[in-house]
Amino acid sequence: MTKRWQFPPVLAMVLALIGLWYLAAIPMNIKEVLTAAERAGATVQPASAQERRDMSNLSLVFQNPGQIGDSWSTQRPILPAPHNVLVELYDSTIDEELNGRRGLVRSGSLSNRSLVYHGLVTLNATFLGFLIGSCLGIALAVGIVHSRVMDMSVMPWAIISQTIPIVALAPMIIVVLYSIGIQGLIPKAVISAYLSFFPVVVGMVKGLRSPDHMQMDLMRTYNAGQMTVLSKLRLPSSVPYLFASLKIAIAASLVGAIVGELPVQKGGLGARMLAGSYYGQMEQIWAALFMAAALAAILVWAIGAAEKATLRKMGMAQ
Amino acid sequence: MTTDPVITAKHLDLTFQTNDGPVHALKDVNLDIPQGSFVSFIGPSGCGKTTFLRCVAGLETPTGGTLTVNGMTPDEARRKRAYGYVFQAAGLYPWRTIGRNVALPLEIMGYSRSEQAERVARVLELVELSGFEKKFPWQLSGGMQQRASIARALSFDADILLMDEPFGALDEIVRDRLNEEVLRLWDKTVKTIAFVTHSIPEAVYLSTHIVVMSPRPGRITDVIESPLPKDRPLDIRDTPEFIEIAHRVREGLRAGYEE
Repeated sequence: MTKRWQFPPVLAMVLALIGLWYLAAIPMNIKEVLTAAERAGATVQPASAQERRDMSNLSLVFQNPGQIGDSWSTQRPILPAPHNVLVELYDSTIDEELNGRRGLVRSGSLSNRSLVYHGLVTLNATFLGFLIGSCLGIALAVGIVHSRVMDMSVMPWAIISQTIPIVALAPMIIVVLYSIGIQGLIPKAVISAYLSFFPVVVGMVKGLRSPDHMQMDLMRTYNAGQMTVLSKLRLPSSVPYLFASLKIAIAASLVGAIVGELPVQKGGLGARMLAGSYYGQMEQIWAALFMAAALAAILVWAIGAAEKATLRKMGMAQ
Repeated sequence: MTTDPVITAKHLDLTFQTNDGPVHALKDVNLDIPQGSFVSFIGPSGCGKTTFLRCVAGLETPTGGTLTVNGMTPDEARRKRAYGYVFQAAGLYPWRTIGRNVALPLEIMGYSRSEQAERVARVLELVELSGFEKKFPWQLSGGMQQRASIARALSFDADILLMDEPFGALDEIVRDRLNEEVLRLWDKTVKTIAFVTHSIPEAVYLSTHIVVMSPRPGRITDVIESPLPKDRPLDIRDTPEFIEIAHRVREGLRAGYEE
């Protein structure tokens, strides 16, 4: 698979999605558009807002084809068009920092209204959570592989832990930690770690068990102890599995950090999303969402790059 | 060459309990392997030849009889690292270079860095892989990988070399070359070699003693002492003596089937 052929299909998919998005924005925003048009003195069908309220959006679109264009530029859209989101994204990052009163240029520090600031807050919690989660995951996997008791006791709980919706658990974690005096970064990182340890446990258990019987027998013929087998055979064998898990774990960490920011309105992309929904600022939610998606893409790509470099160094990438 | 047995089996039994009832992998196996000999185990699959080798290595525990290796139990011998074991697959670590693969047992056994380097160089020369020390396993052919795995088994100077169908997965041309090489190694290093194979020519060409085994239950049907001289060029396989021994091995295998 060459890069040349990877690109056009991806581009086609993105264009198709954007097209679909613009189409969907028409019926989604039509009621707002007609209300605004009526206030501005235009004639709309039907004329009264009360009648329009009970009609389906699609039939409103068909009765007022002249107002369709306004669906992509209305002030308070239900579904903002892609370019609206991009404008908001620009306004709340580059423009805010360069020209805003509280921006980097005028105040010397990142504006608390900018997505750069909120992105960094989230990223902080993501990294700490990822670190805790991966270390915990690796430690649990080592225990599970070496102890039958741990295998039988820890693994089912690890699986059950992931069936509990994190949105239900997050406020409890925050409240419990707050009551013992821990707040700020740590609770978010704990929630983030809660999501990210699991793929690491599963991947590492498989990786640490990947040496076959012959490899284990060979170690026995050298009379090698458990620690030697772990360091010389199991851990190196598990490296490809580890990176596959870390890619999932870093994305899960980001989700965890965002969820952890929802109940505590103290900055972060999660806080921005919730604030946007409180005040009906759909563009703000979408912009925060785009920011989160971009961060996730960069993080996963970074793990992928680390994977390539490591495997090449180990001589396992041919 | 002295004739003290280094491996002695007396009435050795091994029964595996499976879901389909007990399987007699070894039954009443009696065998002395003299020091410095080259003993081949040959027989159809399920005859217990590999199982016997694994018992000697302490990887399986017999359910009856006695087995001594260098006068110790197999497990003690394993702890004292009395043997090198070569498996059917080379089993080199893909993340280690050839040199580091060969050094693996030395690292585990706590040899100093300088001694590791010296030994790795020596055994790689012995298997004619000098110059490949810095290569990764995937850069070598199957035959070369198996030679590296033999070097790994030789690196810590155990007196006994256990080889479990080491060339089973290789083509015949490579196999011939490696057979010659193993004989040369055996001559140079004065080791006792136990060698499992399912090839009659390989067994006859290599061995001083050929142990013919048969399945259900796994047992020894014949032990043939080879009259062939120690110096064996490949074309010894066309001599009447060679063909006669091969014939006797074949007869032994057939007798095992017909019982």
